[in-house]
Amino acid sequence: MSSLAKAVTNAPIIRVRGLRKIYHTGKVDVEALRGVDLDVPAGEFLSIVGPSGSGKSTLFHIIGGLTPPTSGEVIVAGRNVSAVGDAGRTELRRKYVSFVFQKFNLLPNLSARDNILTALFISGLSSDRFDPAFREIIDLLGISNRLDHKPSELSGGEQQRVAIARALATKPTILLADEPTGNLDSANSLAVLEILRGLNERLKQTILMITHNIDAAAFGHRTMHMRDGRIVEEPQAE
Amino acid sequence: MRYKLVWENIRFRPVRTLLSMLLIAVPVMLILTLVGLSNGFFEDSERRAQGIGADILFRPPGTSILGSFSGAPLPGKFIAVLAQQPHVVATTGVAMQLIGGTWESVTGIDPQSFTRLSGPFVFLSGHGLERPDDMMLDQDYARQRNVRVGDKIKVLNREWDVAGIVEPGKLAHLFVLLSVLDDLIGAPPGNVSQIYIKLDNPNNTKLVMEQLKTRFPGYPTYDMKELASYYQVSNVPLLKGFIDAVLGMGVVFGFFVVALSMYMAVLQRTREIGIMKSLGASNGFVIGLILLEALGLGLGGTLLGIAFSFGTRWIMHILMPASLPQAIVFSWWPIAGAVAMVAAILGAVYPGMIAVRQDPIEALAYE
Ligand SMILES: Nc1ncnc2c1ncn2[C@@H]1O[C@H](COP(=O)(O)OP(=O)(O)OP(=O)(O)O)[C@@H](O)[C@H]1O
Ligand SMILES: [Mg+2]
Repeated sequence: MSSLAKAVTNAPIIRVRGLRKIYHTGKVDVEALRGVDLDVPAGEFLSIVGPSGSGKSTLFHIIGGLTPPTSGEVIVAGRNVSAVGDAGRTELRRKYVSFVFQKFNLLPNLSARDNILTALFISGLSSDRFDPAFREIIDLLGISNRLDHKPSELSGGEQQRVAIARALATKPTILLADEPTGNLDSANSLAVLEILRGLNERLKQTILMITHNIDAAAFGHRTMHMRDGRIVEEPQAE
Repeated sequence: MRYKLVWENIRFRPVRTLLSMLLIAVPVMLILTLVGLSNGFFEDSERRAQGIGADILFRPPGTSILGSFSGAPLPGKFIAVLAQQPHVVATTGVAMQLIGGTWESVTGIDPQSFTRLSGPFVFLSGHGLERPDDMMLDQDYARQRNVRVGDKIKVLNREWDVAGIVEPGKLAHLFVLLSVLDDLIGAPPGNVSQIYIKLDNPNNTKLVMEQLKTRFPGYPTYDMKELASYYQVSNVPLLKGFIDAVLGMGVVFGFFVVALSMYMAVLQRTREIGIMKSLGASNGFVIGLILLEALGLGLGGTLLGIAFSFGTRWIMHILMPASLPQAIVFSWWPIAGAVAMVAAILGAVYPGMIAVRQDPIEALAYE
């Protein structure tokens, strides 16, 4: 009984087997993922690096339920993503997975606060105000005095920190950050990376982060390399 | 929060919002103006007909009250004969002739019997009809043509002297002597288009109408109190057809304009829709927001269109107070509003469906 419970707890929060993704655009088919196997235990901070076009974002989009896989098995937070339809993927995004994008993707017409509240509202959580635990995260992110500003009035670093706050507001099981420092200068990059590591350490937040920067990748527990739609052991020497 | 999302979006792009509302407001205004003009014309005609103060209108056989605005087929001797009937205290006959262009007509009157029945005209300037070339105008028409007493005015291919300007509301906008008009239109002297009858007591109206029916079979009579029911657009088949056709075009045109503007609005928001979907918003949630916004724009556009229809009325009143009186027809507000709302919603549904069906990744990549 207790060994079964232990086994369940130790099951990876993300389990990917033989994942393929083919984009059919126009006449040519693009094989973005060519058989990916991956296990991510809960609480891990995993960095993913690889050349442009190697399929990193595609992997995230499938794990986060933005697009369905072509074939293979993808289990995220106990849900079989390859088997659920559009509604199932919507539920996955609503409850279990949050994205942080390179381009921030804040709603331009809403203040930072309303951007965060919108995420709460969409998730069906109370969207009146922030609970004390979340207030702490806001303080940690250093945006408590920027909440009433619109994205256009915030710096890139501030926008990305608001985006992280929005992603965390719904207490997701998994945070997927696709080049979160790609549009930031080195000082802001460092701040965001330290925040992510802090969240992982303090809240045991599972984080997957795509980056082009080896120094940035070092903030994670482990670095995974991708090339041509596959996971490779070590980057090939150029 | 839902309303806030919609409201902030409407507020965020004020120019686009205003443009969408304007595009919705214009067809609403057109519909209301057209309905207002046709109703206004009939209301105004009725009010002026009531203003004469008669109880019964007597017309030649085979004509209807709205069917003929011209000609004087009724021999003048009827006027005296009708005056002899029981309960009748006064009669007067008028001839009417349409003048080109609008629905305006010139009315030929016999000043003595007319004022005996109707009471004196209230002169704002000048005097009554004395000489053959004299013409009397009501104030609305004088203002519209911008003429004063002593000016010449050309009507029915003839120059007239503006002899007097009177307060509006007594039957017609333009008055000349009956004998002159008969001569001009080639009718036998003394002939009239219709005869107005005043009774000793308005309560005798039905009784006298019965008597007239037996005494003059085939001659239609109308109770002046019930005139409003005759002065209806639906009583003029041709006019009704025309108005329905124009209204139909307005509705169709308005529909496409509104739908197109919503289409643009939704397209502009592709990326934001992608963001909301990445946050876990369902298709229904996003479409709900779009529909709510469409409803808001539709409502705003309708109110703006109603406000504009007061504007067109004001302009009509300044430019053509006599020919184009425009009524404000409250009963059409919900109809025009419903057209705008349905168009806004249907216009939003289609692009909304496309937008939410789109792959969120592509939506996020949309610039
Ligand atoms: N929506 C799409 N439709 C068609 N092809 C796509 C789509 N998204 C990605 N691709 C293709 O799939 C391959 C992998 O793309 P992906 O975005 O996953 O790479 P990436 O590793 O994230 O690259 P980068 O570092 O430039 O972000 C590329 O060849 C890309 O052109
Ligand atoms: Mg990428």
